[in-house]
Amino acid sequence: MSQGQTGAEQRLVTPGMAVGPSAGKRAGSGIVAADNQFIATQLGWLQERNNTVSIDPIHAAYMPRSGDLIVGMVAEVRNNLWFMDINGSFQGLLPMSLAPWKVEFGAARQHMDIGDVVLARVQEVDECHNVVLTMKGVGLRRLKQGAVESLPVQHIDRVRGPNNERLQRLRDACDCRIMVGENGRVWIDGSSDGIKQAREAIHAIAKAAHHTDIDTILNELEKNMKGDA
Amino acid sequence: MGGYGDVQLLRDDGLRLDGRKLDEMRPVTIEAGILPAADGSAKVTHGLNVAVAAVYGPMEAHPRKIQRQDRAVIDVRYNMAPFSTSDRIRPGFNRRSREISKVTAEALESVVLVERFPRSKIRVEIEILAAEAGTRCAGITAAAVALADAGIPMRDLIVGVASGKVEDTVVLDLDKAEDNYGQADLPVGILPNTGEIAFLQMDGDLSPAEFELAMEYNFKAAKEIHEIMVDALRRRYEGGEA
Repeated sequence: MSQGQTGAEQRLVTPGMAVGPSAGKRAGSGIVAADNQFIATQLGWLQERNNTVSIDPIHAAYMPRSGDLIVGMVAEVRNNLWFMDINGSFQGLLPMSLAPWKVEFGAARQHMDIGDVVLARVQEVDECHNVVLTMKGVGLRRLKQGAVESLPVQHIDRVRGPNNERLQRLRDACDCRIMVGENGRVWIDGSSDGIKQAREAIHAIAKAAHHTDIDTILNELEKNMKGDA
Repeated sequence: MGGYGDVQLLRDDGLRLDGRKLDEMRPVTIEAGILPAADGSAKVTHGLNVAVAAVYGPMEAHPRKIQRQDRAVIDVRYNMAPFSTSDRIRPGFNRRSREISKVTAEALESVVLVERFPRSKIRVEIEILAAEAGTRCAGITAAAVALADAGIPMRDLIVGVASGKVEDTVVLDLDKAEDNYGQADLPVGILPNTGEIAFLQMDGDLSPAEFELAMEYNFKAAKEIHEIMVDALRRRYEGGEA
């Protein structure tokens, strides 16, 4: 769902609720088919796109997938690897072989310590939810400045907008570098005023994204920033 | 439970001591999302019962020995506050709270799509702030709303409801006097959309016909409570938060 929603089109569904016949349609996320009916399994807004019925959830946990760009935080350090808090159910593991530096055994802490923030990519997720991260790749690095903000995972696509248009507007309005990780962590870097504005906008989006058109929030932000200038 | 022959629980006009009909439930109100720190939460008042449930997770299951490689485990902690009854309850786990935690966890495990979260744990805390018979049912109802509020995928919203027998008459939703001096108690966890039963306990004796009637009352009440649960979630999210 890339557009902000308006009240008349929305239908809130609860787990177990029959949401319509399954004939000729596909079950998307949050939907199961039983007895020729689609049944909701999650609390959220019902949506139908490209003949697929799915639920836009009210709350969702981050489920890592291979290739995700994430903002992680070092949670534990061992001799040859780091455990990263990736805002999911499980920590991600970054072995020293997938770090961007040449790391001697036992010297992991000299490169990154607990609390350090990194931009990394999910290399692999197995069926038991073991997550392996990599920092080998263009742009993947330790983030030494800026601020990290959280955004509900289910709102990420809305914040980005089609072709990252909204994210670019937010960057331009605040004059900040902003990166939205798939895990709901947002890295913001710029002037302190810009960071403040960006954080406020992200809070506003997180609070009202299901109900308010995000463009309205961005318009307001752009107006405020112009007014300040 | 066991029947006290000399205690009158039904009035001469056929109504119960609190004026309810035989198949009438105590008033139920539900509020979703009352605890900001929890991933999902709910408060249920069922008659004079007040139950608060908080859900955290899914998170990595610790200690690792409780992890299941193919599914999540549901860790339920049911607790009655020391001030929830007229006699002070000693704080901490006891035999009864362990039993209720276990049966509640098993009921919820059959409803939550646990296979979506291998090696994980979903923590459900149920706190009974005021008790007047039927706390396990109020706790299950609160837990179901809190799980939905937390975005946990489930097959249905499970409803806890109870019927029983007083003075050889089947009644719905026992209050404290009916629970203490009645002849039977039949708490069940019902999935209202599918009509399945996720948990059932029985204390006392019921004939097959009485059991049928008690279950009929339970299913009827479950539908009513389910509507209140859905309404609570609608009020929370259609009202403009989220």
